[in-house]
Parts: sequence; C-alpha cells; structure tokens
Amino acid sequence: MSDAGKTGIAGPLWVNAEITYQCPLHCVFCYNPLDYASTLGKELSTDEWIRALREARELGAVQLGISGGEPLMRDDVEMIVAEASRLGYYVNLLTSGIGLTEKRIAAFKAGGLDQIQLSFQDSTRELNDFLSSTKTFELKLKVAKLIKQYDYPMVLNVVLHRQNIDHIEQILQMAESMQADHVELANSQYYAWAFKNREYLMPSREQLEKAEAVCNQFRERLGNKMKLYFVVPDYYADRPKACMNGWGSVFLNIAPDGLALPCHEARMLPGLQFPNVREHDVRSIWFDSPAFNVYRGNSWMPEPCRSCDEKEKDFGGCRCQAFMLTGDAANTDPVCSKSPKHHLITDQVALAQRLNVRQQEVKPLIVFRDDSNSRRLARD
Amino acid sequence: MNFADNKPLRFARQYKLQWEPAQESYVLLYPEGLVKLAGSAGEILKRVDGNATALDIVASLETAFPGADLRQDVLDFLAHTCAKGWINHE
Repeated sequence: MSDAGKTGIAGPLWVNAEITYQCPLHCVFCYNPLDYASTLGKELSTDEWIRALREARELGAVQLGISGGEPLMRDDVEMIVAEASRLGYYVNLLTSGIGLTEKRIAAFKAGGLDQIQLSFQDSTRELNDFLSSTKTFELKLKVAKLIKQYDYPMVLNVVLHRQNIDHIEQILQMAESMQADHVELANSQYYAWAFKNREYLMPSREQLEKAEAVCNQFRERLGNKMKLYFVVPDYYADRPKACMNGWGSVFLNIAPDGLALPCHEARMLPGLQFPNVREHDVRSIWFDSPAFNVYRGNSWMPEPCRSCDEKEKDFGGCRCQAFMLTGDAANTDPVCSKSPKHHLITDQVALAQRLNVRQQEVKPLIVFRDDSNSRRLARD
Repeated sequence: MNFADNKPLRFARQYKLQWEPAQESYVLLYPEGLVKLAGSAGEILKRVDGNATALDIVASLETAFPGADLRQDVLDFLAHTCAKGWINHE
C-alpha cells in the first residue's frame, strides 16, 4: 500500500538540496536566509546527504535540485550527484558557474547529472560585477561554452530587477550568442536579502512593460530555438502564487545544516520547530512532523481564504510572504486583492513608480549578502 | 516536429521515462519538471525505445491488449506527445 493510501498525504516529488550556503558571490537579491552564516561549520557530511536523499527517494521523490549558496564550493558534489543519479533521481545542478572546471563537468557527466542551470546577473560586465560584487562575468561565458561542449542544454537563469531590467535586450543578445536553449528571466522575489533591498529591486510598471515587449520580439524571431520565460514580481498580481503547490505537498527543501523545510524561506517563521534530517528520517519528517502538517490542506485557513472558491488553486499564497508583511504566517498572502492587508502590496508598488534611485547612488544603501552582514542581521 | 508513423521514435534529449513504485505509475522526467502518466499513456510511452515506430507500438499494444481497437488513439497520442516535444524521430 502506498503512503498516500495510509495517510491521505502523498510523498514529496521534489527535493531541493541546499548543500552549502557558502558562495563567492554577494548578490543583493539572494533568497538564502539572512542568518545563513549560522549554518557555516554545521553542514551535513557527504554520507548524511546521501542518506537523506535515499530516504526521500524511497518516498517517491524524483526531481532533485542541488543548489546553495554555490554548490560547487563543496568538493563532494560529484559523489552526491553520482549517488543521486544511481538512486534514480533526475539531477539538476543550479550554479553560478564559479568553480565549474572541465574536470568537474566531465565527472558530473560521467556520474549522470541530467541538467545544469547557470545563473547570470546581467549582460554588461560592469553591472554584473556591481550586482554580484565580484569579477565573474568572463568566467561565466567560459562556463557556458563548457556546458555546450558536454552536450548539456544551455539553461540560463537571469534574475531581473529595477537595476538591470532596462538591459534586457543586451541580456537576450548575450543569451542568443551563447546559444541558450532556455532562458528564464525571473524578477527577483522579495524574500530574505531581496526583501531587505526591495525598494532598490522592484521595477516600475513601465520598466516591466518595456521588458516584456522586448522579450516578445525575441520570442517571435527565435521561436522554439530559444525558449523564454518571463516572470513578473508577484506584487504586480492580484492573486497570490500557488506557493510550492501547497505547504508539504510536493516540495522538500533541505538546508545545509540538515534542517528540513517546506520551502526555501520557511526557516524564518517563528514558533515552528523544523525537524533536522540528522535526527529524524525523511519519512517521519514529511508525514508526522507538526511543522510539515501545520499548513497542509485548508483547515488552518482564516477568512477570506476559508470561504474562497480559489483556495484549492492558490492555497492562500505564500506563508512566508504573509508572515513578512502581516506578522502572521496564517494570514492570506497580501498579494491577494481579497486580503484586508492588500494595501501593503499596492503601497509598495506605488512607491516603485516614484522611486528613481540611480545606480551610483544605490551602492552605499544596499545590503550585500555576505558573512559579516549575515552575522550582524542574526544578532539584530 | 513532423510526426511520421513509420519512423523510429525516441525520447527527446533530457526526457526520461521511469516506473515509480511510490506513485504506482510511469513518470516522465525532464529538466525541473515531471509528468505522472495515466496507465494507458505509460503503456504507450514505455514502448518508445529508439527502434519502434508508431505502427510497431500499435502492433505491440494490440498483442498485449487483444480485441481493443487502439490504433487511432495511440497514433493521436504519439503525434500529440511529438508536438509537445517529449519524443521525436532520429
């Protein structure tokens, strides 16, 4: 009998293994937790990762993201990839490309890695270096070539925001010259570091419309040769996203220190004791832990979600966004126009139409993701 | 992608089909996504092996499920998955 039959809850399908929060970049839109530095020195060992992945696989998980931080900061990624592939996972590596040498990519290929997603900060070298606070642009171009050489599709992920979105044409020209197969142009979502820097990252409506128009021109010209996905910030929507397809529904995030979470951000939610894969097996974490059950289904929902006919569609939106903006994770995600707190979103959107902070003026104001800022913010 | 019923079919690069005991179904995996296949879809796609043509697959299914008139449904389904980019010809 399947687990679904026993409990009415299906097992996870998707595991995101954040194997380290170490990262050579200091991106201002990073979604890693502000206090990520607390995990440094407490990372799971190779064997602990493999055991957790095996346990999740036994529950039916099939998709695996290996991410971070920069996963390549660890020297055992090759072992984790090979073992995960042997277990039957479809293995995706999410990387900035820093540390991806030919030797390593050859080992990944041999180990069965299925896909590499390369992130890019921007197409113009100066802005790229500014945004990621390091000199990495030429290296990424080199890595893009390696990815092609090893017969992986070129999957580019570009985080868009107020400071780079007007460069979308150059970004797409760069993607085209790199022979990218898929390009995800996703506006940053306002969590963690991106939430700290929200005023500097949120584009205006005019910027979004212009960018989408450019995107459509490339789509028309290139068709399926280069598939483009353009994602606007959810603040511009009037219905919330179906975050993680529901809490504890398909997605299991495992943080570098072994904390098991229903999403990338849930660590911030107060009052929940998230279990650790060091102390509990994934089966009991997924099915039995109070933290994974607290927002499952819809019996926890307050109004206006409780009586809403869309509650099965969007699950009330994002618990972390509800917490960050309203102070209570059980509230309706204020992105929803039915939320009594929807003004928290529209006020911010209105501000984004007025702010005009030039790039040179921004640098002293923004909070870069680095270890000392992380330790400071954890103390505050 | 043009679909021909007399040419060998294979999975597109990066598409993988596997049986998942926990789901009790075939699952099609691709970059950052998956599709849980209904029983009949799984029966059809598990016969895509790089050698069999659509007509071979029809014949194989008619042997496995005698008496059922499957031909048009199977060809339509294969043409549809071809159009979606899951499978293609050499």
